[in-house]
Amino acid sequence: MIEITGLVKRYKDVTAVDGLDLRIRPGEVFSLLGINGAGKTTTIKMLSCLTVPTAGDALIGGHSVTKEPEQVKRLIGVSPQETAVAPNLSVKEGLELMCGIHGLSKERTKGKITELSERFALDPVLTRKAGKLSGGWQRRVSIAMALIGEPRVLFLDEPTLGLDVIARHDLWDVIRSLKGKITIILTTHYMEEAEALSDRIGIMKSGRLLAVGTAEELKHTTGTADLETAFVTIVKEDAV
Amino acid sequence: MRMMTFAKRCAKEILRDPLSLVFGLGFPLVLLLLLSAIQASIPVDLFRIHSLTPGITIFGLSFMTLFSATLIAKDRESAFLQRLYTTPLSALDFILGYMLPILPIALGQTLICYLVAICLGLTVSIHMVYAIIGLIPMAVFHIALGLLCGSLLNVKQVGGICGALLTNLSAWLSGVWFDLELVGGVFQKIAGLLPFVHAVEMEKALLAGDLGAAAPHLLSVLAYSVVATLVAVSCFLGQMKKQ
Repeated sequence: MIEITGLVKRYKDVTAVDGLDLRIRPGEVFSLLGINGAGKTTTIKMLSCLTVPTAGDALIGGHSVTKEPEQVKRLIGVSPQETAVAPNLSVKEGLELMCGIHGLSKERTKGKITELSERFALDPVLTRKAGKLSGGWQRRVSIAMALIGEPRVLFLDEPTLGLDVIARHDLWDVIRSLKGKITIILTTHYMEEAEALSDRIGIMKSGRLLAVGTAEELKHTTGTADLETAFVTIVKEDAV
Repeated sequence: MRMMTFAKRCAKEILRDPLSLVFGLGFPLVLLLLLSAIQASIPVDLFRIHSLTPGITIFGLSFMTLFSATLIAKDRESAFLQRLYTTPLSALDFILGYMLPILPIALGQTLICYLVAICLGLTVSIHMVYAIIGLIPMAVFHIALGLLCGSLLNVKQVGGICGALLTNLSAWLSGVWFDLELVGGVFQKIAGLLPFVHAVEMEKALLAGDLGAAAPHLLSVLAYSVVATLVAVSCFLGQMKKQ
């Protein structure tokens, strides 16, 4: 589904992503794990055509992010790190807006909103202004908005950042419900989140991908009992 | 279709912000009423309703810059714009979507000012229609300025520059509150180089039915609108690319 080859992003003297090579399979949930400044968000920005790579390329559904961004945009949905909802619109209006932007007819819009309201249990907040909702609800709405265009690939940038434990687990259920149906790439700081949701995990540091594998594989390779220790071992070994 | 959907959303965001309504519609009306009251007590030529109304309508347009810039800066800061950049919306959809919905708001604001001015004694005539139509280039200038500021500044900076600085510049350099000839010198020269006083003089001439007197001022305002639009579009496209 996604083939990344030698992807590089440089900002003046800083190399945010340094020669990333990676393949992500259709229907897979892939987590990019890393400390601040590891290059996770920049990677997502390049894959979602928001930032032009300095070198290298990535194919999404066979389309190049550098040469065919318009085709790529038709295949992807993005839920940015910030919730990115329209604050003065109701949740329903926000969803209608995204339907209109994706060129859905009135009937399809109605059907799509009913479908997403059911899937994300949005009924209690449909008529409320999105900007007035709690962080957890805003994240749900944000993901629902990203799914309007029926993407084959969904990018979730730090989807549970700042959420309380209940809201986080609720959102995990939402992400699990999408598993296998579309390819999901999520970035996170949280080890338990990566382990609970992902088929495979990629560990990034200073723009480089240090290790890729299932949580079990990463633990096995490093000889550690939990993912957090495996992560620390991999990142520290690189420093040495 | 996509552009219209986006434009409707922008209009809703602006009109649902109570501060927009209070400042954008309320403030020019308060000034109109206040200065008319002053005129009733101490007659000043400048504040006669036939002179004052065109000036207030032009001053009111400075709030369109604030509306447009605030919306774009907020969309940038909240990453909403980033989300939309990953959708099939084109650059033209964004630019028109941000600019077009503010035009009817500007015209609505002007219409309300004229209705209040009629209640205060302004004679109803066909020239009002000329004045309202003639205001469009200046409205475009202010909206383009909003696109420019929204593309370059954050929400806080927009509040300071568009909310405080621009509204004051527009008021002081337009000759609405005082006769620029009384100040004279460099101040008058600077005012003459900027579009605000030309817009006010054009509106006064149009309201008086003197199309010949309006023409040179219209040219100046048109030139400013075209240049502001071109600069704003290129800055918006620049920040879009930078994303």
